[in-house]
Formats: sequence, structure tokens, C-alpha cells
Amino acid sequence: MLEVGLAHYLTLAAVLFTLGIFGIFLNRKNVIIILMSIELMLLAVNINLVAFSRFLEDMTGQVFAMFVLTVAAAEAAIGLAILVVYFRNRGSIAVEDINLMKG
Amino acid sequence: MVVQALAFYVFAAVATAAGVMVISARNPVHSVLFLILAFFNAAGLFVLLGAEFLAMLLVVVYVGAVAVLFLFVVMMLDINFAELREGFLQYLPIGAVVGVILLAELALVGGSWVLSEGPAEASLPVPDEKMTNTHALGHILYTDYIYLFQAAGLVLLVAMIGAIVLTHRRRTGVHRQRIAAQLDRRREDTLEVVKVPAEGGR
Repeated sequence: MLEVGLAHYLTLAAVLFTLGIFGIFLNRKNVIIILMSIELMLLAVNINLVAFSRFLEDMTGQVFAMFVLTVAAAEAAIGLAILVVYFRNRGSIAVEDINLMKG
Repeated sequence: MVVQALAFYVFAAVATAAGVMVISARNPVHSVLFLILAFFNAAGLFVLLGAEFLAMLLVVVYVGAVAVLFLFVVMMLDINFAELREGFLQYLPIGAVVGVILLAELALVGGSWVLSEGPAEASLPVPDEKMTNTHALGHILYTDYIYLFQAAGLVLLVAMIGAIVLTHRRRTGVHRQRIAAQLDRRREDTLEVVKVPAEGGR
């Protein structure tokens, strides 16, 4: 119990990832919270990568975590930009209203 | 060892609690603040794992940039967030089912997973003990992964240009300096030499 091993970190990451999925389902109407849930999931992935990197003693995991961080930042910027533009045009960010393309 | 374990459990518990609050907070501003808390605790976990550089990167990039971006957008959009929460509980059962299934799957994967012998040998050599984490990371980032590093820079550049192009708007009715027009002015366009007859104005 006092020896914190790989399994502890993997469990934490799994819980955080599940929370992210759960958040997407729970806040189906609010795009901002959905984006935040995605950030939470990416954080869980990063914890996994770094934990494996530490316990397998391979630095590659940390390099990959860094790239995940980069992509997450880019994704957040683009997603929020789209959100702002959408709000300007429609005056709403509810997911149900996003049907301009009638898909 | 006890201190490390205690630190892990504190960080993990706070991160999980913050994650729960992110998805369940009534006010999106509170959600963002709890997201920041979760990131801080994840940074603490990274320090425990010996990944100091990534921990600092998490604080700088996520807390300093991404979370503040979220905060800006939440405060900028004038939305009745209470309205968006209608039917919040309606999706609770399906979300709970999906979450439990996913967690069970992850537990199954975690329970039956074993490390194969092959990839461990092929992995990069362990950075020697005197090297700091940042040094070791830079050592492979700028050599083995230089193309990926450049690609990451490209991703950020494209994201930056995309965000600016998407949100930039040209407003009408604003006076602004048009340097091209100023430099384009010719003498003929603005100056007119008029021959005035002597004593003609009398």
C-alpha cells in the first residue's frame, strides 16, 4: 500500500479518463464543459505516458507526453476560436443548435 | 517512502475530486478553476514521477495558457448557463452506464496486462544518474525526435493562424492608418498649381 507503483498511477489515469467521458455525457448541452472534459482525458493520457516512462525507464514516453500537450493546446485554441465565432453568429453555444449543416 | 506515498494519495485524491467538480460544477467559471486545480495536482504527480520538466510545462502551458483561455471565453460569452444545464440529470443514467463499462474495460485491460520482453530491450538507454530530467529530455528531443519536434511547432503555428483567422473581424466605422495608401500618395493627386492672374482678384 505504501509502495506506490505503476498500478496506482494507471488506476488514477483510468479514473480521470472515465470522468472525462462521463463529463461529455453529463454536459451534452454545454460545449465549453465538453472541451474541458477532453482536456481532462488528455491529462489522464499524459499521466499514463509519464508513469510508463518512469517505470520502464524510457524517456520516449515523456517526449510523447510533450507532443500530446502540444496538440492539446492547439486543439483548445482552435476549439475555443470556433466556439467564439459560432456564438457571434448564433448567439448560443447549445449543442442542439449546432445544425447549420443539417447533417 | 511514506512521505512519497502520502503525497501520491493526496495529489491523486485532490485531482480526482477536482475532476468530479469540473464536470458537475454549476458555474462554468468554477469548472475552469477546478480544472486548474486538477492540472496543478497532476503536475505534482509528475514531480513525484521524476518528470520535472513536464510538470513545469503542465503548469506553464495548461494553467498559464489553456485554462486562462477557457476562462476568457467563459467570461466573454454572455450565456445563460443555467439554461444549458436543463436535462442535466436526464443524461446521468446513460453517462453512468458508459462510464462504468469503460472503467470495467480499463480494469480488465489493467488486470490482464503483462509487459513483453521485446520492446524493453529496444528502448532508449536509461539516462545516466547525473543527468537532470530536462537535460535528458532535451538530449533525445533535439536528436532522435527533431522532426517530430518541428512538426509540433508547425501544429502550433497552424493553430495560431487558424485561431486568428477564425476570430478576426474587420469592423466598419473605425478609423485606422492605411500605410499603403499613405505611401502611394503622389504629388499630382494632392497638389494643384493654379495660375492666378495678377490683380485678377480685385
